[in-house]
Order: sequence, then C-alpha cells, then structure tokens
Amino acid sequence: MSGPSTYIPKSGFERWLDKRLPIVRLAHDSFVDYPTPRNLNYFWTFGAILSLCLITQIVTGIVLAMHYTPNVNDAFASVQRIERDVPFGWLIQNIHAVGASMFFIAVYIHMFRGLYYGSYKAPREVLWIIGVLIYLAMMATAFLGYVLPWGQMSFWGATVIVNFFTALPFGEALQQWLMGGFAIGNTTLNRFFSLHYLLPFVIAGLVVLHVWALHVSGQNNPDGIDVKDKADTVPFTPYATVKDLFAAAVFLIMFAVFVFFLPDALGHAVNYVPADPLVTPAHIVPEWYLLPFYAILRAIDFSIGPLTAKFLGLMAMLGSIAVLVALPWLDTSKVRSMRYRPVARQFFLVFVVACLALGWCGAQSPDLALHKFGEYRAIGDYRSLTGGEEQFVVTGPSREYVEDAYAEARAEVIAAGGLPLAQTIETPAQFKVTQLSQILTLYYFAFFLIIMPVLGLRETPGRVPETIAKAIGVKAAKKVAVGA
Amino acid sequence: MARRLLLTAVVTALAAIVAPAALAAEAKHPPREDWAFNRPIGGSFDQAAVQRGFQIYKEVCAACHTMNYLAYRNLGENGGQFVAHGTLNRATTQWEDVALGPPHHGGRVIPPNENPYIRAIAAQYEITEIDRGTGQEVTRPALPADIFVSPYTNPFQAAAIHGVAPPDLSVITKARDGGADYLYALLTGYSEPPEGEEPPGGATNLHYNPYFPGGWISMPPQLVPDRVTYADGTTASVDQMARDITTFLAWAAEPKQTQRKQMGFAVVAFLLVLSAFLYAAYRQVWRDVKH
Repeated sequence: MSGPSTYIPKSGFERWLDKRLPIVRLAHDSFVDYPTPRNLNYFWTFGAILSLCLITQIVTGIVLAMHYTPNVNDAFASVQRIERDVPFGWLIQNIHAVGASMFFIAVYIHMFRGLYYGSYKAPREVLWIIGVLIYLAMMATAFLGYVLPWGQMSFWGATVIVNFFTALPFGEALQQWLMGGFAIGNTTLNRFFSLHYLLPFVIAGLVVLHVWALHVSGQNNPDGIDVKDKADTVPFTPYATVKDLFAAAVFLIMFAVFVFFLPDALGHAVNYVPADPLVTPAHIVPEWYLLPFYAILRAIDFSIGPLTAKFLGLMAMLGSIAVLVALPWLDTSKVRSMRYRPVARQFFLVFVVACLALGWCGAQSPDLALHKFGEYRAIGDYRSLTGGEEQFVVTGPSREYVEDAYAEARAEVIAAGGLPLAQTIETPAQFKVTQLSQILTLYYFAFFLIIMPVLGLRETPGRVPETIAKAIGVKAAKKVAVGA
Repeated sequence: MARRLLLTAVVTALAAIVAPAALAAEAKHPPREDWAFNRPIGGSFDQAAVQRGFQIYKEVCAACHTMNYLAYRNLGENGGQFVAHGTLNRATTQWEDVALGPPHHGGRVIPPNENPYIRAIAAQYEITEIDRGTGQEVTRPALPADIFVSPYTNPFQAAAIHGVAPPDLSVITKARDGGADYLYALLTGYSEPPEGEEPPGGATNLHYNPYFPGGWISMPPQLVPDRVTYADGTTASVDQMARDITTFLAWAAEPKQTQRKQMGFAVVAFLLVLSAFLYAAYRQVWRDVKH
C-alpha cells in the first residue's frame, strides 16, 4: 500500500532531516503505519523470522571469517581452533551451522505458505519471483558454506556437485573454470570462501527488493481477498510487530535447543574427518535441505536419444526450481487462497507429502529395494549320472543367500556324480528408491504443469467472502454455531 | 474418487518407505549406553574417569594415534581433568596452596600454562624443532602450550608403518556414527569371525570386529585385563578401560560441551519467559481487534 504518507516529523531535527533524506519517513511508512490485513495467521510471521535468520547468519559469519583460514592445509584445523580456543567460538560456530538449517526450515514454511494461500498470484508475481531468486541464492550460499570446514562430506559433496556441470555443453571447461584447476583444491576453497562471503549480501539486496515489492502490492492474507478499506487492516506497529516478536521468540527456542543440545544432529559425522581426496566416503549426501532436489537429480537414470541421464537429471533439478518462476501464470484459478479451493487443497497436501518423501529418497541409496516382487532364484542345469539333463532351483530372500545355497547344492550334485552345465541367478523385479523418486518427481512437475493450469479452469471453488472484515465475521458466526 | 485413489497411493508409498529402513545396516549397531556426559540435563564428565582415560591414551593409544587438535594446556583449562586452583603470592609470583580441581572454597583457577600438573605432564614429552640461533635441530621438553606430541616424525610415516594411517583421535567420537556408543562397542567387540567370513583379499593383518563397517579392522584388539595399572587403584578390566578411554575421547572431542549444555538451560529458560511475556503483550495489543 503505497498510499499517502502519514508521517509527521515531531522534532526540529526530524523536519530538517525529512527535507534532505526522508529515511525516518520511509521507516515509519514501512514498519509503523504500514496497513496489514487483520486476518493474518502465524504463517505470516516467517518473513520477520527469516530476516532474523539472515541477520544472525551474517553477523556470526563475519565473526567466523575473522578466525577461519581458507587453505586446504589449515581449514579443518582452523574450525577446530574456533570451537576450542576462540572465546565463545563454539557458540558462534554452532549458531552459524545450525542457523543454516533453521533458515531453511523457515524458508520452506514461508514458501509452502505462499503456495497454499496463492501469494504468488497477481499482483504479487514479481514479489514471488524475487523470493525464488532469494531461495536460489540461499541454496548456493549454503552449499558453498558447507565446503568451508573441509571435512570429507565438504570435499566429496563439492566434487559431486561440480561434476554435474560436465553434463552441460563445454562442461569440462566449465567445471575446470569453477574449480580453478583440474580438481577440487586450494583454489576452489578460496573462491568458494570468497563467494560464500559475497552471496549473503546479494541475498540482503534481494530481500530489500522483496520487501519493497511487498509494500507496493500489500500482504496477501489467509482468505486471499484484496484489502478494500481501513476496516480490513490494522497498523503494522504494534499489531504485527508484537505478533512477529512472539513468533520469533518461539522459533528461537527451537533454534536454541539445536544449538545447545543437538549441534551435530543435522550434520554428518563423516564431516569431522578431514577431507581426503584419496578416500571416498561410503555415502555422499547433501545437507537435508537440498535432499529433495538431489532425489530429483538422481531420479533420471535413463537417457533420451542424445541427451544423457546426467544432463536430463540436471535439467530436471534446475527445472524443479525454474517452474516456480512460471507458477503465477501456470495457476489459472481466479481464487487465490486454497481455503476456498477444496480440491486444490487435497492436491496441495499430496504435494507437501511428495516433497518430504523426495527428501527421504535423496538420503537413501538409489538402489535400495523398497519392495521385491518374488524371491531371488538360482537355477543350475546339470547332467545326471544316467545322462539326462536336469535342473535344480534354489530360492531365497537375498543374492548372498541364494549364492551360498546354490554353492552347497552344487557341491551335493557333484558329490552325487552329476555334471553342472550352466547356472543363472535371477533377480526378482524390484521397486527401488529410484522408481519411487521417479513417481514423486512426476507428481512434483505434474502439480505445477498439469494440476495447477487444469484445476483452475475445472474446479468449483467455495464461496469467497467479499471483504476481509466479512470473512472474519463469517468465521466468528461459525464458531458460535459449533460452540452451541 | 480420484482424490481418494491418490491418497491411498500416497499412504501405500509411505508404508513402503518405513518398512525397509532397517535393511540398510552394514555393521552391527552399537548398543546404547547411558553415558553421564551425554545426558542433556545435568550431563557432566566423571573427572576421575577422564583422568584414567587420559592414562590409557598416554600408555596405549598414543603409541599409534595422533591427537592433533589438543594441547597439554587443554587438560588444565576449565572443565579439563587437571584444572588446578591456588592463591597467587604477589611477592614471589608463585602459586601457593595448589590443589587439583576447580576452586570451591577460595583460590583461583591457575592459568593452564602455569599449572604445575600440566607442566609435569608436558615435560614427559620431547619436542624436536629447529633452533633459530643455529639453524640446527634441537630437542626440548614440551610445554603446556604444545600440541600432543605425535608418535610420528612426519604424516607419511603412519601409513608406512601400519599400512593404513591410524585416525587422529581429537574428534573421533564426533566423526563416527554412534559416537561414544560406537567407540565403546568397537573396543570391546572383537570376536571370532562367523564361519565362512574371510578378510577381504585374504589379508592377514586384519581383525574381525562386527561393529566396524565391513567387519575387518586394521587395529588389533588393544584392551586386555590389566593393560594399564591405574594410578587411582581402580581394577583395569577391559570394560572399565573401554569406558574410561571413551569418556576421555568424548571429552577431548568437545571440551566445552558441559559449558554448552549449562548455557543452553539458561538460554532456553530465558526464551520461555520472554515468549510468555511477548504472548501476554500480544494478547493485550490485540484484545479489542477481531481477527
């Protein structure tokens, strides 16, 4: 709501400054008098919580950078020095490492809230797209940051990610340009550190644009109704301010529990082993917040014509974020909030479950069999003493089991004078993590590319109240009815 | 109808997800032990156990394992097992009434570099360095500020002697899944291999241990009864020694962890009270606003 400013300079200095740099007016109009819809729920407090997360990461990060050494020989040791010798270094380091996860928890709630209540729809398309860019920058920053402690997962995670670029045209040249050499090494660590320090300020800049765009179009609300008059809103201060503060304090409780009692719960033990280019860890997995995209990347295990699986996987992963940019135009519904779209709500629920399940898939070995249709079979053909050809079959729940059983049976056959001719081991059809990931990936894209465009035209939405004030009135009446 | 089908499919998929999670185990899962230091509430180190553990480290582990991120002074810092207190005589600048432990009744913590216990421990080791005056290699007794002396003269020697370099023990309980439980299970878990279980490639220098990923570990079993003679007279059973060294290494991985948990309680308590006040303020501000 960029309506007329209501700021009245109170002191002589404020009047003087207001004529030269109306910064107090800007703050007053943005954070004091700014009208916020009165029906906002707690999901709308995550904007403030995210600002808090960004500030926390920047402040702790700047202090950590004073003590960290971006050199392959010293990086791991310098992090240990921060934890052991820098006064309260353990606290600052824990806050920064745990803070990354908290930042992502908050941003995912913020994004799902936007999806559910249609906050991306006109006139908030640009606001939404800036948000997607912030999210992209966050992922890049988090990835770069995870490389800096130079543990095993730092090194091998970086190796895997950078390796994706070889799927692109001029991929190897691109990969070498990114690494600054032929392998991940000191040059890579140096530039990753530099970029990890740069990107948060890019994010901060994007956040300014995000908030600016927000304050032009105004906040969406749970009913998805445009603000019509003053009865629909309350001033930002004190109403939204106090609610944001309360929500932030509750969020900080969770934050503190992780920082002080579970600082390593969200990381990987193997990252406490210094990076060793000669030893590959048993499982290379990204941090939890990147797992769904990792699952989408690995779901594509087939090539199409000249396009390799690797290239398609990379495209699917990038596409899964790019599709968010197009969302404002993919959703054809006239109704913003899914509160009044009962069918869409069901598909949304499945979408949330699919995203969580993709995250689970990303952490598993892609070959892990979720279900086996039948058993392993070992089949041996042999010629018996009488000269006839016969067959024996061993079945069992695992390859090792049937191999062992087969070896025993074979020995018996030979002892009885039989002559083994041929042997085959049949693997039963399996439903693997890869297949589950493929189904989930399919749903992920179908949700945006098919369900959103088609559903908006076909569904019968519920009756949307005309104004926010009426929406609140309607809800209050319902409550009374239920109570009576 | 389509909606219900979709939900059924999701529920089925979820059921399939939960079921095979247990299949992934490669090594035997270490049983959960109740470590005093792992308790979130009131968790702290049994300093006697840490001291005994340090003795095992010195007499057994240190023959092959480095501890590159610990200095002798760490043992004498607050929370360390050789922290000492006393009173400083300003005239002589000497510490008097020196005793082991944190100061409960008067006195101050002695700075680790001046702590006589730490100085004595460090002095048992020799440091080889280049003399700046002559450019010659010289040896000197270690000081509290020195890093735990490595059994190797260079990083390549470890792998050359043992085939595989024994891991550094500074953060070992953090660097292994299962942490202290894993370490304790590994040290006490050596056993005869199950029938038919062969070391990879028929190697003769590997030892069977079901808790080690892959089952075959380079480190021979170390703990036999009375491997060390405890200074405090405790009977050195295998179980006792395994618990003590695990406790010491858990302390070494994060000497500040007791401080971390204590501060955590204050912080969470503060935030709870703050949240309560902010909630009251929120109710007060919004009391007449329908929303």
